[in-house]
Amino acid sequence: MKNNGSKSTSSATSLPKCPTGIQGLDEITGGGLPLGRPTLVCGGAGCGKTLLAAEFLVRGAMQFGEPGVFMAFEETEAELKANVASLGFDLAGLVRRKKLMLDYVHIERSEIQESGEYDLEGLFVRLNHAIDSIGAKRVVLDSLEALFASLPNEAILRAELRRLFRWLKDKGVTAVITAERGREQLTRHGLEEYVSDCVILLDHRVTDQIATRNLRVVKYRGTLHGTNEFPFLIGDDGISVLPITSLGLNHKISGERIATGIPRLDAMLGGRGFFRGSSILLTGTPGTGKTIVAANFAQAACRRGERTLFFSFEESPNQIIRNMHSIGLRLEPLVKRGLLRFHAARPSLYGLEMHLATMFKEIAEFQPRVVIIDPITSLMDAGTSSECRGMVTRLVDYLKAGQVTTLFTSLTQSGHALQQSEAAMSSLMDSWLLLQDVEGNGERNRVLYVLKARGMAHSNQIREFLISDHGIDLVDAYIGASGVLTGSARVAQGALEKAVVLANQQEAATLKREVERKRGALEQKISGLRSDYETEAAELRRIAEQVGTRTFVLGTERTASGILRQADIKVAASTQSKPKPGRKI
Amino acid sequence: MKTKPVKRRVAAPPCRPAKLWQLRLYVTDSTPKSLTAFSNLKKICEKQLKGCYRITVIDLVKHPHLAKGDQILAIPTVVRKLPKPVRTIIGNLSDTEHVLVGLDLCAAD
Repeated sequence: MKNNGSKSTSSATSLPKCPTGIQGLDEITGGGLPLGRPTLVCGGAGCGKTLLAAEFLVRGAMQFGEPGVFMAFEETEAELKANVASLGFDLAGLVRRKKLMLDYVHIERSEIQESGEYDLEGLFVRLNHAIDSIGAKRVVLDSLEALFASLPNEAILRAELRRLFRWLKDKGVTAVITAERGREQLTRHGLEEYVSDCVILLDHRVTDQIATRNLRVVKYRGTLHGTNEFPFLIGDDGISVLPITSLGLNHKISGERIATGIPRLDAMLGGRGFFRGSSILLTGTPGTGKTIVAANFAQAACRRGERTLFFSFEESPNQIIRNMHSIGLRLEPLVKRGLLRFHAARPSLYGLEMHLATMFKEIAEFQPRVVIIDPITSLMDAGTSSECRGMVTRLVDYLKAGQVTTLFTSLTQSGHALQQSEAAMSSLMDSWLLLQDVEGNGERNRVLYVLKARGMAHSNQIREFLISDHGIDLVDAYIGASGVLTGSARVAQGALEKAVVLANQQEAATLKREVERKRGALEQKISGLRSDYETEAAELRRIAEQVGTRTFVLGTERTASGILRQADIKVAASTQSKPKPGRKI
Repeated sequence: MKTKPVKRRVAAPPCRPAKLWQLRLYVTDSTPKSLTAFSNLKKICEKQLKGCYRITVIDLVKHPHLAKGDQILAIPTVVRKLPKPVRTIIGNLSDTEHVLVGLDLCAAD
């Protein structure tokens, strides 16, 4: 048996599979439905059984070159064509090209009379004829249970169905059989008894007025498969199942850094901004400038030539453009150059899954390097908290896998503990900036700080966040003994500080002058003292001279008198008189 | 049992064309069920509609595309094409009572 595009052929032990081509389903089933075997798709009314079956055939015919037979028991060929045309499937064209065969089987119970034994060989003949005429590899029976309504003898029917599934297996076609969900069983008539290889359950639930379709692989014999319930949706291009688990934590990591568009913020983030491909959460109370920071980031990205996709869930694109214009951010030229694209939708427009799918589609189409979601919290209202977390996880994973840098803004009601309310989401984020209002002195001022930034040395400082005509500016908030001061208080504090400095300077100058003066006085004193001393010294000399002269005169007089008296006094007189001339010196 | 369409018209008593019963019997091969059905149908027709009926036997194995027109699922199936409205009986026609009801022949009795 050929298995075009089957992924599982690489491992010899695993079952050969038939890829459905339905987004996400092949990931859950590990490659597709069991090849050459019947698969049962069951679910309640309106949960997309027929569409899933039709898409299986259409994708098979278009992508994998496997023709298919659609045997419809409920809808006529024309109805079927019209119904799936809304998903962009051209059944009529495929039928013309012999890629698809539609067969509408219809029995009206009221027109039928039963008499004696019979079998469903006619159905087999028709199916066989259809399969052989186009060489079909895929078959859809939608839905067989209609037979239970039209044929009265259930015993025969059951025996024949068992034979049919056996026959389909022998025929080697991959079949999808749809069935209505039963009350206690998977299907109303217990078809799961006959189809034992693969059973897929679809379900359509409404929670908080928002409907979500879910898909679960109940059973898949002989293979590993995702067992969770996966939300899926029916969009413009068919069904897409969005598995959370199929995305792993193994994305490529970039060391590249990208600027935020606010130089001071870059400085706070280790000087170079965010990592490429990281997810950034920007939390703030109303009116703190989240959108402005986001728009700045977008503009910076566009200036680097990177495409940016801006999802707005609260404001219309034109309103954002106008508002940003008022602070000197010109986004319009960027939009015109095709670098910036806005996608605006009301959160309540449709369910969370639909939003997610639309976002995925937009991202896949535009291939942006930067995505902004403003704000993610409005989407939170569209689903339950666990759904939202799942959605954000998937979104973050999807974007990270594509190395798309994402900025989520998140609105927090003032009065809440910011860190707590966002805890569930913040663990998914690489960087977290907080914008906050600081009230005081009869005014509100915005401050910004970096709560976390994985993998970079970030500032622990609070910065005041100023919005002016020229854009955003971050200034150091005043931090002193009296706490953090912002706004006019910071300005006043600055002035106060200036005055203090001035006063200090003046005081110092006075002090200096005083010292100078003192020094002058001292010097004067010193010179006075010196002159005093000099005078005294001169006096001393004069006195000494006088004394010397007097002593000499005295000595001479004494000698003369000694000579006059006795001769021996001469000697004494000469010894005494000797030092006297020495003193004169 | 013949596998090709068989036309059988009994001349007496002659019927007006409007009264002619056209019956189609769908079978696959010459299975016992098919053979029983054909003989049962013939018996009933001979008894009730002598000379005014025509049975066409269609073997779906040979002409599978013909199954779609009369929405044939079960084998054997008898379709009363004429007189209108179209009526369908499935099974080997062993229950004559049901066949008569199915062909709307009870009233004739």
